[in-house]
Amino acid sequence: MLNTDTMRPRGPIVIDIENITKHYVMGEETVHALRGVTLQIHRNEYLAIMGPSGSGKSTLMNMLGCLDTPSSGRYEFNGKDVSSMDDDELAAIRNREIGFVFQTFNLLPRSTSLRNVELPLIYAGVDPETREERAAQTLRDVGLGERLHHKPNELSGGQRQRVAIARALVNNPSIILADEPTGNLDSKTGEEIMALLENLYQAGHTIILVTHEADIARHARRTVHLRDGLIESDATSAATELQTLAFT
Amino acid sequence: MRFREIIAMALTSLGANKLRSALTMTGITIGVFSVISVMTAIGALQASIESGISFLGANIFQFAKYPVNVNAGGRNQKKYENRHNVSYRQALHYHQLMEGYAREICLKSFDFKGQAVYNGLKTTPSLTVAGSNSSFLTANSYTLAYGRNINDEDVALARRVVVIGKTIENRLFPHESPIGKVMKLNGQTFTVIGGLKAKGTAFGQSQDDICVVPITRFFENFGEANRTVNIATQSFSQENYNATFDRAIGAMRIARGLRAEQENDFDIYSNDSLKSAFTSIAGIVRIGAFVISLIALIAAGIGIMNIMLVSVTERTKEIGIRKSIGARSRDILRQFLTEAVFISEAGGILGIILGVVGGDLLAMWLQADLIFPFGWAIAGLVVCSAIGIGFGFYPAWRAAALDPIDALRFE
Repeated sequence: MLNTDTMRPRGPIVIDIENITKHYVMGEETVHALRGVTLQIHRNEYLAIMGPSGSGKSTLMNMLGCLDTPSSGRYEFNGKDVSSMDDDELAAIRNREIGFVFQTFNLLPRSTSLRNVELPLIYAGVDPETREERAAQTLRDVGLGERLHHKPNELSGGQRQRVAIARALVNNPSIILADEPTGNLDSKTGEEIMALLENLYQAGHTIILVTHEADIARHARRTVHLRDGLIESDATSAATELQTLAFT
Repeated sequence: MRFREIIAMALTSLGANKLRSALTMTGITIGVFSVISVMTAIGALQASIESGISFLGANIFQFAKYPVNVNAGGRNQKKYENRHNVSYRQALHYHQLMEGYAREICLKSFDFKGQAVYNGLKTTPSLTVAGSNSSFLTANSYTLAYGRNINDEDVALARRVVVIGKTIENRLFPHESPIGKVMKLNGQTFTVIGGLKAKGTAFGQSQDDICVVPITRFFENFGEANRTVNIATQSFSQENYNATFDRAIGAMRIARGLRAEQENDFDIYSNDSLKSAFTSIAGIVRIGAFVISLIALIAAGIGIMNIMLVSVTERTKEIGIRKSIGARSRDILRQFLTEAVFISEAGGILGIILGVVGGDLLAMWLQADLIFPFGWAIAGLVVCSAIGIGFGFYPAWRAAALDPIDALRFE
């Protein structure tokens, strides 16, 4: 088996989590969603997190996305300790460092593509001219240059997901966190979206894919399997890595 | 986040529910309208009164059985009813005592169910019939258009003569001069000797459907029992108004047969006392309008709170999305608060505009000068902001406090 580390130099560590746990109190019962997960993700990795429902996959994703804080353990994002941050600081991290892509797209239904993509920039305090320019450029980058002023209900599923990806990209985040990005799309459109993510990875973005579909996970270079709140396996797919290298 | 962004966001979400936003706004509009319209109308009336409109002619005061705002007297009502009427005899006694000390002394008694008939034409059966003397026109600011006024001889002989107001003239004599014509007033014949110039309306009542007849004739035709005579007195000049006034009270007490220790059993109207009576009525109306509007505004505020709570629930997903892409709690709070304040302010501004227009229309009808009540308008805006913030805060806080994960999962 080839050691990919030697073949593709790893970037600096973006996400460094050590032994994090998360439990919820539900009535009388305490649910242990994560029981001690340790994981490092480097810049420009393409990682899939897999696992059956109840494995702690969603909890880990929320944690990585700074939507939630761990019950115990350490989480450093770009060297900054996230586990001790307050809500406003977490919001700032989400705004600048993380781009979410959801299964259900989660666009604002009454706003045009342009307005949806501008939204993170509004919360980042970017001035209107720069904002519009950057949002339009990002939409063109994902192939939606012709759909700037359409509302989500005037777009196809694939186009909506492209808008969502543009929104995730527009603030130039450190990671893109995609939660079942093809779950609501037919397989052909799903492949198009996966191709778009592949392009982003090739362009240097860090992509974390959360999915339960092996077909989708196969696009990633590294796959982490979760079971019962613990990492079951963490494998780098050498074959695909080689393929990629052959193209580059 | 910039202020402009917040406003734009608020407009977008309010625009998505136009009917609902408009209905919620209406509550505020009604509350603000009621207070602003009343305040505008009263303000306009008061401004007109203070800037010189006189209830009575210049340098005139009047004695009467009842005070101006008898209904506002409440528990004193009985006291006024129990007073003896001012009889014609007492009035004449007063007249005699004041002879030479006043320019005009007008004795007058009224009936409000007059109906004039001439040549088959009739007026409404609600004319004011004034039984009076030659001083009536001066004392009540009427001017003779043509013909002649009632004179002392008419009174002495109780002649069947009448001076008619403009409305009656227009109704009964559209194509001819009324002078010398014999018309019927409540079944009795009267010869028209003069016509009055139009005077318009005051406080919503026409002053031109009036017939003036000699007071002696009035008592013969309409009866003297249960009638009280009002006495208006005009001093020779502004300078001796007070002296005349003091002398007149003495004369009136003598005429009424009061002993030294008895208090006056008649009320005194002067422009000053009428103004203060108006001011006290205006004050009561103001307080009433204020309290009613306050209740309406609180109800409207609860309406806003209710609709905002519904809106927060409906838009839970949106809140989750916004939070996931970096909106801080305070951004969400501000967004929802702005929507509440916007509804409230828009309703308030509409209410102020409608209120000022409504109040000024009322003022126009009452022949007062138009005003714009800046103080009340600003107070209205401040109160609306307070309502928006006060009643919008809890829903906005609920929105801001939502957990982003739960909110995102909400369908």
